[in-house]
This record gives sequence, structure tokens and C-alpha cells, in this order.
Amino acid sequence: MNTSRRSFLKVVGLSAFALSSGMASLAGTAGAAGAQIAPGRYERGAKALTAKRWAMVIDTRQFHSPEDYEALIEACHKVHNVPHIPGNQNIKWFWLDKYDRVFPDDMNAHINTKTRQAEYPLLCNHCSNPPCVRVCPTQATYKMEDGIVAMDYHRCIGCRFCMAGCPYGARSFNFVDPRKYLSDPVPNPAFPTRMIGVVEKCTFCAERLAEGKMPACVEASGGKVLFGDLEDPNSTVRQALAANYSIRRKPNLGTQPGVYYLI
Amino acid sequence: MLEKLFTGPKSYYVWLLFLLCVIAGCGLVYLDQLQNGLGITGMNRDVSWGLYISQFTYFVGVAASAVMLVLPAYFHHYKKFKRMIIFGEFMAVAAVVMCALFIVVDLGQPQRMLNVMLHPTPNSVMFYDMIVLVGYLCLNIIIGWVTLEAERLDVEPPKWVKPLIYLSVLWAFSIHTVTAFLYAGIPGRHYWLTAIMAARFLSSAFCSGPAILLLLLFLVRRLTGFDPGRDAIRTLSTIIVYAMCVNVFFYLLEIFTAFYSQIPGHMEPMLFLFSGHGGHLAWVSYWMWAAVIMAFASLAILIPPQWRTGPLLPLALIMLVAASWIDKGLGLLIGGFTPNMFEAFTPYMPTGKEIAVALGVYAVGALVLSLLWKIALGVKREARHFSD
Amino acid sequence: MYNAKAVITGIVIFVVLFSSPFWVGYLGQNYTKTDIVLPKDEKNCIEDVEFMRAQHMRLLNEWRDEALRKENRVYVSKDGKKWAISLQNTCLKCHNNYKEFCEKCHVANSVYPYCWTCHIIPTEGK
Repeated sequence: MNTSRRSFLKVVGLSAFALSSGMASLAGTAGAAGAQIAPGRYERGAKALTAKRWAMVIDTRQFHSPEDYEALIEACHKVHNVPHIPGNQNIKWFWLDKYDRVFPDDMNAHINTKTRQAEYPLLCNHCSNPPCVRVCPTQATYKMEDGIVAMDYHRCIGCRFCMAGCPYGARSFNFVDPRKYLSDPVPNPAFPTRMIGVVEKCTFCAERLAEGKMPACVEASGGKVLFGDLEDPNSTVRQALAANYSIRRKPNLGTQPGVYYLI
Repeated sequence: MLEKLFTGPKSYYVWLLFLLCVIAGCGLVYLDQLQNGLGITGMNRDVSWGLYISQFTYFVGVAASAVMLVLPAYFHHYKKFKRMIIFGEFMAVAAVVMCALFIVVDLGQPQRMLNVMLHPTPNSVMFYDMIVLVGYLCLNIIIGWVTLEAERLDVEPPKWVKPLIYLSVLWAFSIHTVTAFLYAGIPGRHYWLTAIMAARFLSSAFCSGPAILLLLLFLVRRLTGFDPGRDAIRTLSTIIVYAMCVNVFFYLLEIFTAFYSQIPGHMEPMLFLFSGHGGHLAWVSYWMWAAVIMAFASLAILIPPQWRTGPLLPLALIMLVAASWIDKGLGLLIGGFTPNMFEAFTPYMPTGKEIAVALGVYAVGALVLSLLWKIALGVKREARHFSD
Repeated sequence: MYNAKAVITGIVIFVVLFSSPFWVGYLGQNYTKTDIVLPKDEKNCIEDVEFMRAQHMRLLNEWRDEALRKENRVYVSKDGKKWAISLQNTCLKCHNNYKEFCEKCHVANSVYPYCWTCHIIPTEGK
């Protein structure tokens, strides 16, 4: 290759690179500056329930058998079109397990039979210091101002780092197309399903709070599950926590779960 | 230099054709995965990473290991490595390509993968991993190509490449450190939550990577007559022994901390890996014990100098590579996930399709490596740097 | 130049093929209408037609980020009307004929958004 042609190619290559990166950065700043596209404005709904830090208190003493939780699970899964997929590539938003699985650090060999045999509900803890948010490479999962750890399925690349990061096993990955396991029409046509290849989990019913409704499981529990603002000393959750002994899952990890269990 | 690709014996073309066939066949399996999702793999809700990510981890190590040639050659002016350094750099290129592909095949939504750059997230280790891998790939392509061209023209490499070489040395450490941080910073995964993870990764990389390089160079010597040089082989195998000793030592440190502290969560993964669960050995247990035997057997051959230089060297290297692959390519992920976050056990076994996709990535790596090494060998032959 | 004839013919063929989409577009039918069917019972969309036609995809992206990340789930349009931010429950309430509305334009313009892997197409449009 002779020198002039080589230097020409170098110049061409460099300028192509400079041009494209320049364009990219321009596009980037335009996007980042966030000039609003819509001519109108955005606001909260008038009926929306708000809090500084949403939290849940589950009074497990009032649930006497796994069947007592059925209504809660069904409400949750129906409202959010959560499919029932057999096998271990399944999706779980709200589910049950034994004490030694839910609170492994609090287990002892002689714990009373009632506690040992009971089933306890599990869901996303909406941690104050969520490892899943820390590890997500695209901010597809993020913590909102009111403490809810939310998911943007549009942005999720399906790397499953959040599933490795979550110490509570609260996240599920869509290994298969969830629609194959849902009825047609879906149980709740007002709510989307998820697509193949993204991670999903409990959302503390952010979409219901925005309409002034309590989360589906709370509503279905008939007062046995409380939901409210942890920062407000007069809220039902604070009062319940002040009056009763409560535990959380794996508190030693410093994630500060937002789901409390009265045992 | 690209013209070197187009001349070669028949066996060279047959080899390329074979690789292309493997890539095409495995590519079809990947299309199936794209269509039907990662449900075709053995991964599940509790074991959410599997063979793909473990292979990614292993090959980041292989990529980083090029530094074991670059560092002595450029920091200590050890001239004997100069002849084979290009093979280390080009192997790093192939390894990084494989790493990138293993990440892509692991994604649930690969068409969105540029979201990592579109929404840069400095608190995610994955973000840095992307940066260091892309950077390392570029560095090795540039350095390898420029130095090889200088060799072809029989001139000194241009001065501007020196700082890049020094940078690549630091960069090599960074790629494997960041990969370790993917694991070591996660709360609640007992097997991974250890400060020595990055050091263990590096030591295992610095023995297994050069071992793979030496084995491949022995093959090349037989096929083409290219001789890396007796002293170079001897020095590199000494480096391999030291790194392997440190690697085994670091694993023993893990075992000490887990079993002397007697913290159940920390003992559980190792107990599972070596003794299975509920009185039954897991399939991975056989592999782990094989790894232990091969690790010590390789050390037994490699530590005495007269054996290390003898005909047993390739056997020792093969055992060393197998042992480190089992430790990092199987044990790391299975030990981290199978004792799950509910302190229960979820077994994992890669499916045939999953293994096929992984083999496809291996074949791409082999193709990249073959082409790059073909160029390097062509230049070496022309420049009469083929043997002493 | 060696093989001048072959090279020049090659270049000409390449240029023609490369620019063929432009020629086809230039010579072919003038594309102005997609014949989409607008909703019958509603006169106005949330903003004016030109804006919606040109910017609906960006608007939807903005809606998504406002609703999901900032919890601003109400959009107040230029004329002061309030709309719940929801593709499924606001947009598709009026634009309930997928085949005659969304798809016609998207297919004509060769864009294939995959909204519908999650969001649910109104049953009338199936």
C-alpha cells in the first residue's frame, strides 16, 4: 500500500469516526437535555395516593392456613396478568414458602410447630437500599421518590444481573413468552402483560396507587395486610409496628426491606 | 498483511470450512433461542445465570492473561518473549470477542443491548465491564497490528504505541478485576461475597491463559514449524507454576475462612460443590473432585524443574486448564446459585441447546484466532522470525 | 486502468442498484395517503393532528418515562384537558381499530413497533 493512499484512508477513517461520534454526542445531549416534546404538561393524578416511603406490614398471625393467602395471590396475579408457568422457569410476584426459607437466619431446630409449619408470603421488599437497582446497567429498574422499586420493561435488556443481585429471590425472568400461559383475553385487559426476555416483579401496585386505590393484595386481605407511609408516625403501618413485634427478611444485609412481618 | 489469509495448505481451508459449519449449525440453535427465549436453556428462576456467563468469566481471564507475556517483555525487557508476544495479543482479541458474544447470547433482549450506552449507569459494574472489554479489544487490535506490521517491515514499532502497551498492561488487570466485581459486590450470595475474588480470578487467569497459549503454540509448532523458543517456553511455564500455586493457595484460603468460621452460608456452597446435597453427590461434584485431582497432579508435574521441561509438560498444562475451567467455568456459577437465596437448593444443568450455542461461540473464537494467527505466522515466516 | 470496461460497468450497476429505492420512489406512485380510518365518535385527539402524526412515537416515549419514573400519570394538553397517561387505556379507547389505524400507517412506512408484545390490542381490531 503506498503512503499517500494510506494517509488518505487514515484521514477518511478518522474524520468518519470524529463525525459519527460528534453526531452521537449531539444526539446524546439533545436527548439528555430533555427538551419536552409534548406541548402540554405533566402532573400527578388528583386522586393519587402519595407517601414519603411506602411500606407494608403483613400480620401473619391472622392468616391460619396457606388457603388464607389464596385471595391475595389471586388478586395480585389477576390484576397484573401474571402467568402460571409450570416448572422452575416460572414467574412469581406474590407467593408462599416455609419459615426456614423466608427467614433462614431466624431458624432454630426447636422453633414451635406452628411457626415451622406455617407458610409465609413473599414479595419484592422494595428496599431502601436495593442491590437490584445498584447493579442494573440500564436503569431499567430504579427507586422512585416514594420508595417503590419499579421496573421499566421497555428498557430491560434481560441481563438478569438484578436477579443475581436480589438477596430475596423477588425477581422473575420471562424465559418463555408469558402470553402462552395466559388466557385470551388476558385476565385484566386494562393492564399490559410482559414480553419474553425481560425481568419482572411486584410493583407495590404503583399503577393502582396513582388511581387512589390500595395495592391489590392489601385490598384482598381485608385489613390483615397494612400499607402506608413509613415516614408518617400516624400511619397504620407505623402504628402497627409500634404496637407489635415485627421482623424483616435478611436485615443483616443492610438493604432495609420495606415489607414487615408481624409474627 | 491481510493477503496472508489467502495462502495456505488445504488443511487450513478445511479447518476454516469446518469452523464455519459449526458456527452455522450452532447459529441455528441460537435462532431457536431468539425465537423461543432462554427457556431452551437449563437456567431457571433461582439459577438465573448459567453456562454462558461462566464461559464469559473464564474467557475474560484468558484475555487478561496476555499480560503475562507483555509485562515481562516491555517492563523487564525480557527479549525472549518478543517472538511469541503477538500470539498472546491476538489470543486476547479472540477471547474478548468470545466474551462479548457470550454476553450477547445470554441477554433476553439482545436487540436492546445498546441501552447500556444509551443510558450509562456508573453505579453498575456491568457498565464498567462493557467499557474495559471494548477498550481492551481496541488496545490489543491496535498494538498487535502495529507491532506486527513493524516486524514485517523490519523496523522498530512507532513510538506512540509504547504508551498504549503500558496502558494495556494495567488494562488487562482491570478487565478481570471488574469481572470479579460483578460477583464480589453482591450481598447475599455467600460463595461470591469475598474480597479475594478478584485476586483469585487473576491468579487463575495467569496460569490458565498462558497454559492455553502454550498448548496452542505446541500445536502450531507441529503444524507449521514455528518455534516459540526453548527459553521462552521455560520462562512461561515457570510463570504458570507460580500463578497456579497462588491460585490453589487462594482457594484454600476460601476453604479456611468458610470452615473455620463455621458460618453455614459460607460453608454451604463448598459443601454442595464437593459433596452434593442430602447425601447425594451432585453431577458437578464429580467435576469438582476431578478438578482437585488434576490441579494437584499438574502441580506435581510442573513444580520439579526437570519434569516441567520434559515431555510431560503438555499433559500437565491440559490438566491445569481443565482444572481451572471446572473451577471458574462450572463451580463458580453453580456454587453461587444452586444453594439459593432461600437457603435451599435448585439444581442446574446446561441443556444440549445451551451447550450448542456455547460451542458456536467457541467456534467463532477459534475462527478469529485462526485468522489472526495465520496473519502473524505469515509475517513471522516472511521476516524469518520463525525459529532460532 | 486494467479492465476498464468491466470496472466501469460494475460501478454503474452498483450505483443504479444502490440508488434504486430513490428511483422506485421517484417514478412510482406518489405516496400521500395511507387511508387510515380515524375514530368515529371522537373529533379531536389529545393534541392537534400534525403534532400527533409527526410526534406520537416520541410523545409515547415521553409519556412512558413521565408515568413510570416520575409518577406523573396525568397529561394536561394544550387546551387544558386532562388525560390519564396510558397507551392501553387512553389512546386505544378511541383508536380501537388496530388494523385500520395503527397497522396501516406502520406497514406503509415499514416500521414494526413491538408495543403489542405487552400492550393489548383492542379486540375490535384483531
